[in-house]
Amino acid sequence: MVFRQAKWSEPIIFELSRHNKQGLLVDEEFRGYAEDALREIPKEYLRARDSLKIPNLSEVEVVRHFTRLSQMAYGVDLGPVPLGSCTMKYNPKVCEELANDKRVTDLHPYQDEETVQGILEIIYLLQKWLAELTGADVCTLQPPAGASGEFVGALMIKKYHLDRGEEQRVEMIIPDSAHGSNPASAVMAGFRVVRVPATPEGDTDVNAIKAVVSERTAGIMLTNPSTLGLFESKILEIADIIHDAGGLLYYDGANLNAILGLVRPCDMGFDVVHLNLHKTFAAPHGGGGPGAGVICAKGALKDYIPVPIVDYDGRKYFLRYDVPKSIGRITWFYGNIVPAVKSFIYLASLGPLVREVAEISVLNTNYFMKKVTKLRGVDLIYGRNRWRKHEVVLSFEKLHKETGVTAEDVAKALLDRGFHAPTIYFPLIVPEAHMVELTESETKENIDALINAYAEIVELAYRNPDALKAAPRNTSVTRLNNIFANAPKTVTPSYKFIDRIKELLKA
Amino acid sequence: MPHPWIPNSVPEVKNEMLKELGISDVLELFNDVPKELILKEPPKVGLGKPLTEYEVRRFFESVISKNKVFINPPPFIGGGVCYHYVPAAVKAIISRSEFYTSYTPYQAEVAQGLLQAIFEYQSLMAELYGVDVVNASLYNGSTAAAEAVRMAARVKRNKRKVLVSKAVHPEIREVIKTWSFGAGIEVIEVEYDKVTGRTDVNDLLAKLGDDVAATLVQYTNFFGVIETELKEVIEVTHKHNALAIVYSNPILLGVLRSPGELGADIVVGDAQPLGLGLNYGGPSAGILGIKFERDLLRQLPGRLIGATVTEDGRELGFTMILQTREQHIRRERATSNITTNSNLEALAAAVYVSLLGADGIRKLGEAILGRTNYALKKLSSVRNIKVPVFEGSQYFMEFPIKVEGKDIEDVYKALIRESIHIGPLLRRFRDYAELSNCSLVCFTEAHTKGDIDTLVSVLEEVLR
Repeated sequence: MVFRQAKWSEPIIFELSRHNKQGLLVDEEFRGYAEDALREIPKEYLRARDSLKIPNLSEVEVVRHFTRLSQMAYGVDLGPVPLGSCTMKYNPKVCEELANDKRVTDLHPYQDEETVQGILEIIYLLQKWLAELTGADVCTLQPPAGASGEFVGALMIKKYHLDRGEEQRVEMIIPDSAHGSNPASAVMAGFRVVRVPATPEGDTDVNAIKAVVSERTAGIMLTNPSTLGLFESKILEIADIIHDAGGLLYYDGANLNAILGLVRPCDMGFDVVHLNLHKTFAAPHGGGGPGAGVICAKGALKDYIPVPIVDYDGRKYFLRYDVPKSIGRITWFYGNIVPAVKSFIYLASLGPLVREVAEISVLNTNYFMKKVTKLRGVDLIYGRNRWRKHEVVLSFEKLHKETGVTAEDVAKALLDRGFHAPTIYFPLIVPEAHMVELTESETKENIDALINAYAEIVELAYRNPDALKAAPRNTSVTRLNNIFANAPKTVTPSYKFIDRIKELLKA
Repeated sequence: MPHPWIPNSVPEVKNEMLKELGISDVLELFNDVPKELILKEPPKVGLGKPLTEYEVRRFFESVISKNKVFINPPPFIGGGVCYHYVPAAVKAIISRSEFYTSYTPYQAEVAQGLLQAIFEYQSLMAELYGVDVVNASLYNGSTAAAEAVRMAARVKRNKRKVLVSKAVHPEIREVIKTWSFGAGIEVIEVEYDKVTGRTDVNDLLAKLGDDVAATLVQYTNFFGVIETELKEVIEVTHKHNALAIVYSNPILLGVLRSPGELGADIVVGDAQPLGLGLNYGGPSAGILGIKFERDLLRQLPGRLIGATVTEDGRELGFTMILQTREQHIRRERATSNITTNSNLEALAAAVYVSLLGADGIRKLGEAILGRTNYALKKLSSVRNIKVPVFEGSQYFMEFPIKVEGKDIEDVYKALIRESIHIGPLLRRFRDYAELSNCSLVCFTEAHTKGDIDTLVSVLEEVLR
């Protein structure tokens, strides 16, 4: 496939301004009242005139600037984004259009409940559908994203143990293959992380779990399927070990797409479950956010979920705050509602077909794995003879040893061929890793094209590895210098320091 | 029937792929899942069957039409977020699907436009708040405040107390408490002066010991009052070797002196007024900024975009920087667990601020200040309304009104019946007993003189 990304030498916006233009008119009807008020404010609390160094541009300049920048970005609407554990599926346009309705975006969070019955009904139904999909007793949309959901789950476990007088439960068990946000969230909630390895088959090592559980165990944080794309086939045994030791199980929903509508986390023994509406339920990723997280709980933990949740009294929907042991608020207001509305429309559209999401995403990944692992220099490391679920982790260790070409080089070469690269160097337990997730949105044609791109790159690696060191060539810039980007003397986190990096430019 | 969003569900494609795998049923791919875990029936979600696009539209309409949008006049509701106009150009830019369907820019070379836009967001916010470095966004103002508190406790490692003014938004204070639980941070609240509505500096001084890592004040505060003793607060905070955290609404900083200039070490805020819409409270974007100091930078939470050059040294480019602070590298030693942030909302804020420019931001601040003053004057003449509630203070955008001789809830409901919405009632928040018959009101550029006059005349009628 031919791919040439747009390349505009678009100045940084501060460099565009020359005159006092304006991109948005502001009225001056209340000028007199403003001047009166300004006289009342102590001078030292007023901004000095002309001290704000923000460019003054016309509307067309601003629109062109950002439209040009948009042409130097790459999203799902342009092609596959096979980032593992990110579930970059297609974001249906009907979800976008409906969620941008004024009756969603123009609602104030403190509007009287009587005037927001529609949005409360949407939240209520979504909570209910997600409880059905997870097997939980109750769900809340409070967490603004996945990591905050993890933090909430960890806090709920913490408070549960404290309420039972078990202050000694300070250890959270986390597999080596877990997302980095799991240990980070556990530590934010005040836990100490106890790591457990994976077996050669890719399962979390049950014996290792047995060896570390004790009266200090607060719980375990797991994804299932794991980040290796493998279903933890001993999950029921793991749940028993943790529960018998007095601990609780936390489910990281990043990989739910693989089992959506087929297997429910709470049926596996999980007590608290977090979901990402911006992954599994088709809300777009926005270039890094906003996301929307969900926390669902079963059994004793349901009394600990953050408030408020939306409830129904048979006549009207309302915000319920009286959750007796709630950990409190994780954010102000009620969570990220616009993405939640998108997911509501997504689920309403699919209904029972959600199951097909899991089936086809798993089919896509295995089809890809079967073909791509035939290539020279590509290996799987863990669980070589097992089916994958939503994602597969390839290792280019052999290719690297034989040609010097790294996983990063391969990733950059994929960019040149019109694909977004997968997640690289993760999970950490797989050397030279490419973590590939092909959601149910990808066509067979695109999967074949991706396999062909890999084949071409691997062939080139053995024939002319230097060519890959020079990748990417077809993106708006060539490979960037990460050393200057991070070195104390050249790091440039704002425009006001731009000269220090510009000095490094060669004429 | 193959679903449009699941292309390979077309039987002949699916069969071809199954054949490649040497199996006949896709469920064979789940043979490592314990049998008893596989659901016998499809889950009961949605309406029990797939819907066509035109059916789902009708269904959505039937639900969403139960909401009432206050347009004429726009809501006068305050409390952290107010109704602001969202320019069409902002909506157009964030509707570019190259932006909204993309992921976090882990592959910098293919995401230069996104990275540059967020670098510009960071730089624009740094200007507005008078600091050097602003991160690529957090979830919203409340979690930015909570992250700032946790950050301060990491910078001042041996100090475990944080002082938070009671004139800070009650829900932000609740969020700070939730986020501090587990980190061993003790959140101590500082009284506000019941006469002036400003943070009580004497109470702050009394509670400010050497075990305090940071103080947090909102400027302007929850009541819309300009904290005109902020300089003193920052001074005494620094005297005790603690960090001054200041929460500010960005829309006011074209007129008000920035918290950074006033000496704040960490500034936080919420980008909602910068063209993001109300969104029933979310999403929004949390702003967090600092001075360019090593100790602070090392503890900064969240993503940061920086400028660099290409490896051949010929071109300028942008990439994520200082990632060793973050969870995907540092894991349990990360400065925060944050992964997904509010990138698209940050982009919207960058477009909005670029449209306004320095002159526009000042004019907009003045337009809001003028309306605040006009509304204060008009409302103070309404019988049985006490305005201003606080004495000797200046208000910006929001202020409380007190109803005398009648229950505020009745007044509030009567106004809603006339399609006028004020709020929130301060009795909603537990710790303002003395303000229990008060409501906040908010005035922005979106309110015309006619809107404010309508509020005043309907209030007069209701209170007659």
